[in-house]
Amino acid sequence: MIDVDDVSVELGGSTILSDVSLSVEAGQFLALVGPNGAGKTTLLRTINGLLSPTGGRVRIDGSEIDALSAKRTGRLVATVPQETTLSFDFPVEDVVTMGRTPHRSRFSTASTDDQTAVEVAMERTDTTRFAERLVGELSGGERQRVLLARALAQETPALLLDEPTASLDINHQVATLSLARELAEDGKAVVAAIHDLELAARFCDSVALLSEGSLLATGSPSEVLEAGRLERAFDVRTAVTTNPVTGTRAVTPLSDVPPGERRVHVLGHGERTARVVGRLADAGIEVTVGVLPAGDVATATARSIASEFVTAPPFEEISTERRRAVSELIERADATVLAGPLEGVNAAVAAESDVLVALEGTEPPAGTPTVETTGLLDALRELPTTQPTTRP
Amino acid sequence: MLLSRTLAWSAGLTALLVAVVLASATVGPADIGVREVALSILNGLALPSFGTGGIRWVRPFAFDVSGTAETIVRTIRLPRILLGAIVGFALATAGTVMQGFFRNPMADPSIIGVSTGAAVGAVAFIILPLTIPFGLPLAAFCGALVAGFGVYLIATTDGRTPVATLLLAGVAVQTFLGAVISYMLLHAGDSLERAVYWLMGHLHASTWGRVRIALPLVVVLFVVLLAYARDLNVLLLGEDDAQTLGIEVERTKRILLAGSSVITAAAVAVSGVIGFVGLIVPHMMRLVVGPDHRILLPTSALAGAVFLVATDTVARMGPSELPVGIVTAALGAPFFLYLLRRQEVHAL
Repeated sequence: MIDVDDVSVELGGSTILSDVSLSVEAGQFLALVGPNGAGKTTLLRTINGLLSPTGGRVRIDGSEIDALSAKRTGRLVATVPQETTLSFDFPVEDVVTMGRTPHRSRFSTASTDDQTAVEVAMERTDTTRFAERLVGELSGGERQRVLLARALAQETPALLLDEPTASLDINHQVATLSLARELAEDGKAVVAAIHDLELAARFCDSVALLSEGSLLATGSPSEVLEAGRLERAFDVRTAVTTNPVTGTRAVTPLSDVPPGERRVHVLGHGERTARVVGRLADAGIEVTVGVLPAGDVATATARSIASEFVTAPPFEEISTERRRAVSELIERADATVLAGPLEGVNAAVAAESDVLVALEGTEPPAGTPTVETTGLLDALRELPTTQPTTRP
Repeated sequence: MLLSRTLAWSAGLTALLVAVVLASATVGPADIGVREVALSILNGLALPSFGTGGIRWVRPFAFDVSGTAETIVRTIRLPRILLGAIVGFALATAGTVMQGFFRNPMADPSIIGVSTGAAVGAVAFIILPLTIPFGLPLAAFCGALVAGFGVYLIATTDGRTPVATLLLAGVAVQTFLGAVISYMLLHAGDSLERAVYWLMGHLHASTWGRVRIALPLVVVLFVVLLAYARDLNVLLLGEDDAQTLGIEVERTKRILLAGSSVITAAAVAVSGVIGFVGLIVPHMMRLVVGPDHRILLPTSALAGAVFLVATDTVARMGPSELPVGIVTAALGAPFFLYLLRRQEVHAL
């Protein structure tokens, strides 16, 4: 449906897009992701004909957009803009009716087709109930839906959305993207520039990752959203995990502090342990974890951000090999933090640590200093380093 | 729904215009009543009749009215009143279009330098020793078009005319032309009074000849602009949105700009620079009928006609006649400030 073929765009002498090719079929929902200035909006503006590509071409339904009149383009592709200053006093219904502009001749009054399209669009976006209200009086979320209704009234095979969720509350973000998803399932080719990688992964069939005007990758969310590639595009370390609720990719940016300096081993499992591991890694501390029961929440966290970790199948005897691995991690660490229930093998290995810090609420061996989770980083900074840090 | 509202409002305003015209025609040094005015006008009506010998013009009425009264009404008062209506109609039309086009409540018909250009042409003609029939309105009209087109060219690069650039170019050109006018006035000598009088805006020199020139131009351009009323609505969404909704934005902008500039030029050429009509009448009507240009444009135009006929009547009521531009500004500015204080001047 939408074919972007080797498209380059130059604006004011600088290259904004270079040789971007992608295609979106009817029924497909593609997310354009990438850092600010990567060229997402420029690509959308090239697809809907607002910009002419300096190289390559864009075709929708086989027609080259750059060669079409505004009217013909308006029948092929509808755009939900990022922000429109709809401060004027038009009723919602009139704004949605403006979506019919490409289908109407200058002097015609609204046909039954026009009326039906407007009604359906408003129904679909749940805007019928404020049809009579003035656009300027609506909230940001409501206004977004009105713009979506306007685009639907255009009855185009292709739909573009520029940051449809940028200014919305989470409930409206989900509602908007669910609707876009449904529209794709109904047979439209839908492209959305989306900031939020998790939302992109959750609602879209495919993801195109743009960086500095070039396409780094396209494919399914799980193929494209990969830590190394994201680091190249966004210039930040990320932890890519699986969201336990939606089963889709979850991307967590980490702080820029390089790992090193201190090394801490964390004992425990469960959510609290996961949080402690995350916070320590965020503060630039090299974190090791273990022994963790496989499939634990903390295991997912450890897999993405811990420098080393040891897992074991739950409810089984810990093998000697694993036991030795954990002992080694504890020995190499500057300190060991007790973050969760001290059970099984962890109780035994805790005793091996020279510097043990326990969090409030755990049941540490007698004589272990205890700190609040919030005070953990400070407590670790005050500890003497017992041995030179060994870097792997 | 919208169409019937538009027709109802237009009918009402037309009736009001007729009433104001009749009332205005009774005002003047000679004492002529409404009945005599009405009958004189009816006597002057000519209807076409299609017979064997082609079109003949038939005057169906021959009421008994005093000859002097009929002459005064038909040759002195009526051309002036009608020209006032045409000018008011044209200025309010242009003002409505410009405010929508620039999405700026302070836009008025002269915003891209058309009026100042007309003034340069008119003042130049007045101080030069030339006599050409209709030379003054012609010079003003040409000056207006040259200035408007010049501003458009200055603000256009690569076929695009950004609205903000147009606005700034308009301000700069107006300032420059203002300097030219001041310089010419300095050397105007005996023509100074005539030139200044023209600049104030007045309907003193109205003739049937001017009515016949201005009327068709204004009517045709109004129809063109009205045909673009829906495009103007869509343009309020912003140029990018309008383009994706199938409007050829740059072409539409050129048509709107040319249409409103020429209609303004036609008005200014026959009446001088009459301010505030094009600024406040659209605001008043927007408060009443809303922002949809399909109803706003015709109602503003008619209200502009009513407003200018009424203010010109006030201008000629006093012992010595005032230029109507003084009256419109004196009445219009306080009214505008009142609207502003009540926060009823809406951002577009």
